Amino acid sequence: MQATGKTLRVLLALALTAGLMLAAGCEKDPQQSSAEADTGPDVADNEQFIPILIYRTGPFAPGGSGIGGGYEDYLVLLNERDGGINGVKLVFEECETAYNTDRGVECYERLKNKGAKGAPVFHPLSTGITYALIDRATRDKIPIISLGYGRTDASDGTVFPYIFPLITNYWSQNTAKIRYIAQTEGGEDKLKGMKIVNLHLKHPYGQETIPVLNKMAEMYGFEVTHLPVPWPGIDQKSLWLQIKKIKPDWVINRNWGISCTVPLREAARIDFPRNRVLGVWWCGSEEDVVPAGDAATGYVTTNFHGVGKDYPVIQDILEHVYGQMKGNISPTRVGSVFYNRGVIHGIVTTEAIRLAQSKYGNRAIGGTEMQWALENLDITEARLIELGAGGLMAPLKTSWRDHEGGGLVRMQQWDGTKWVPLGGWIKPDAELVHGMIKESSAKYAREKGITPRTKPEDGI
Amino acid sequence: MEEFLFFMEVLVSGLLQGFMYSVVALGFVLIIKSSGVFNFAQGSMCLFAALGMVSFWEAGIPFWLAVLLALLMMVVLAVAIERVVLRPLVARPPLILFMATIGLSFFLEGLAQGIWGTQPHGLDIGIPDRPFKGFPIDVSQFELFAAGVAILLVVGLVIFFHRTRIGRALRAVSDDHTAALSVGISLRMIWGVTWALAGMVALVAGILWGTRLGVQYSLTLIVLKALAVLILGGFNSITGAVVGGLIIGGSEKVAEVYLSLYFGLGGIESFFGYLLAMLVLFVRPYGLFGDEIIERV
Repeated sequence: MQATGKTLRVLLALALTAGLMLAAGCEKDPQQSSAEADTGPDVADNEQFIPILIYRTGPFAPGGSGIGGGYEDYLVLLNERDGGINGVKLVFEECETAYNTDRGVECYERLKNKGAKGAPVFHPLSTGITYALIDRATRDKIPIISLGYGRTDASDGTVFPYIFPLITNYWSQNTAKIRYIAQTEGGEDKLKGMKIVNLHLKHPYGQETIPVLNKMAEMYGFEVTHLPVPWPGIDQKSLWLQIKKIKPDWVINRNWGISCTVPLREAARIDFPRNRVLGVWWCGSEEDVVPAGDAATGYVTTNFHGVGKDYPVIQDILEHVYGQMKGNISPTRVGSVFYNRGVIHGIVTTEAIRLAQSKYGNRAIGGTEMQWALENLDITEARLIELGAGGLMAPLKTSWRDHEGGGLVRMQQWDGTKWVPLGGWIKPDAELVHGMIKESSAKYAREKGITPRTKPEDGI
Repeated sequence: MEEFLFFMEVLVSGLLQGFMYSVVALGFVLIIKSSGVFNFAQGSMCLFAALGMVSFWEAGIPFWLAVLLALLMMVVLAVAIERVVLRPLVARPPLILFMATIGLSFFLEGLAQGIWGTQPHGLDIGIPDRPFKGFPIDVSQFELFAAGVAILLVVGLVIFFHRTRIGRALRAVSDDHTAALSVGISLRMIWGVTWALAGMVALVAGILWGTRLGVQYSLTLIVLKALAVLILGGFNSITGAVVGGLIIGGSEKVAEVYLSLYFGLGGIESFFGYLLAMLVLFVRPYGLFGDEIIERV
C-alpha cells in the first residue's frame, strides 16, 4: 500500500505539473515564441530589462494574453527592425499573474531588481494589482503605468509621483460617454429627464465611476440608477428584469471578462436596443462580443486606440516579428482590440525609455530615470506618424502634475463581424474630472500622511 | 395586474434558471452517489467537454457528430481517471479522493486551455434565447428547452439508478466499497461508468451554459451556483438537485429584484442561495432530500 501511495503521489504531482505547464504555455504559439521569454533573460549591462506581468491562464486570459502579446511583439519589433533603442537591446521576462493580486505582487518582487538598473517600469494589467503596488512601487521608486485602468485619482502626480494612469482614466471616459449620449440625442439639453442605468461589477473597479456619474446626473438633470453585478456576473437575469422595469434610455456596461458578455444576451432577450448599451473599454474586445453572437450586433463601447491591422506599425510587426517566427501570440489575434492595446503599451514604454536616454545617455534606464521621462512625455501626432501609429492612439503629453496626459476617448460599434469606429476623438469634461481628482487625491494624501509635491523634484 | 405579471415573470425566469443550476448539480450528485466523493473537478469537466465539442464543430464536423465525439472523449477521460487517479485509492477515506479531484481539476483546466486555447467560442445550437410572442410574461425559448433537457436527464437517471442492475450496483458501492466488493461488484467498472455518466452530464451542462455564456474558461464558475443547490437539496439526491435548483433559482431572483428595487440592497444574488441553504441545514442537516446517515458510535 505504501508503494501504491507513493506512486499515486508521484502521478498526481506529475499531472499537476503537466497541467500547470500546459496552462502557462497557453496562447503562446510554440513555434513563434521569443527566445527571451522562453528561457528567461540573461541581461547584460548594455541591455534594457523590461518586466512583463501577464495572464495567459484563467478567466481573463484573453485580455492578459492579448495585451501582453502585443506589448512583447512591439519590443521584439524594435529589436529586430531597429536593433533596440539607440543600440540598447530590449530584454523582457514574463511572469504569470493569472490576474491574481497576490501573484502579481509576487511577480513584482521577483522582477523588480533584474537588469543592470533594475526594472524601469511595471504594467500590472490589473486594477487590483495596481492598488496593491502603489505603496511598494513608490517606496522602491519604480513607476507603475496603469494604461486605461487603475486608480483614477492617481492622475494627480503631486500625490502619486510613481503611478501613471496614462492616456485616459475612468472618469474622463464616463464624461466622454455622457457627451456621446448628448451628441446622439441631439444636445446636452436632451439629457434632462433621461434615465441611465449604470450596470457595474460589485468590485472597486466597478464602483469607481459612481461618483462621476452622480455628479453629472446633478449637472445635466438625468436620473442614474446604479445596479451592482455580483461577481463573477455569469447570471444577470434579475438585473435585466429590473432594467426592464426601470425602462432606461441607456445602459452602461461596466464589467470585465464573462460579465461583459452576459448583458448583451440579456439585452437581446428583453429587446433592449444594443446601440444603447454603452460598454467600458474593458468590455469592448472581440472576446466580449463573439460569444454573444447576433445579440452583440450594434453594441457600442469606448476605446482609446484604433483597431485592426491597417497601421504601418502593425504591418511592420507582421513583417519583422511574425515573418521571423518570433511572435508572442497566435497571429490570428494581431490587430484585435487587446492586441493593439498591447502595442500602445509598448509605444508608451519605449518612447519613455528613449526620452530618458536623451537625458541620461544611451544605456539601460532605471526607475527614477523612467519616472522623470514619464512626467515629460510628449508623443505628438507627428511622432506617432513616424512610429507608424498615426491614428492608432491620440497624442500624449504629461507633466509632473498631470499623469494622465490626454484623456481623449473614441467610440466603436460592433457590426456583427468587426469593430467600426464611431466619429473621432471625444474630449472629456476636463474641468469636472480635474476637480474631482484633486478632491479625491487630497483625501488620499490626508489619510496616508502624504505631503503633496510643490515642485517636480519633490518626493523623487 | 402589471405588478403581479412582473412578479410572475421574475419567479418563472428564476425557476427556469434553477433548472440550469440543476443540470450542473446532477454531475456532482452522480459521483457522490457512487463513491461518496465530492468531485471538485466537475466544473473543469464541463469546460473540457464543451471546449472539445465546440472545437470539433468549428473544425467542420457536423453538430451531432461533434457531440458524439465529445461524449466519447468524456468516456475515455472517465476510464483514464479511473485507471490513473481512482484505482490506487480504493478503500481510502473520501477526503483523500476529494483531494485527488482537486488535482484533477487543475490538470483538466490546464489541459483544456493547452489543447484548445483560452479564446472564447460562440455556441449557437439553434434554439433562440428570445421570449415566445403573445405570452403575458416573457419566457425564453432557450430556457424552456434547457428545462426540458434537465427533466429528461433526471427521469433518465432516476430510472437508471432504480431500475437497472448497474444502477443498483452503483448505489451499493456508494453505501460501502468493501461490502460491495465482497459480493462481487466490480468497483473499477462501477467507477468507470459513474465518471462516464458524470462526463455526459458535464457535456450537457457545458453545452447549455456555453450557449448562454460562450464556451470559455469561465464555464468552470458555474459550479458556484450548483454548490448551494447541492447543500440545499442534499448531496446524494437526484430529486434534491432538481428541487434545490428550483428553490435557489426562484428565491434568489425574487430576493435580488425586490430587495434591490424597494430597499436598495442590490448584488445579493451571489450569496443569497448559500444563505438559504444554510438556513435549511439548521432544520435538515442532510439537505431536503439527502440520505440521513446514522453511524454507530
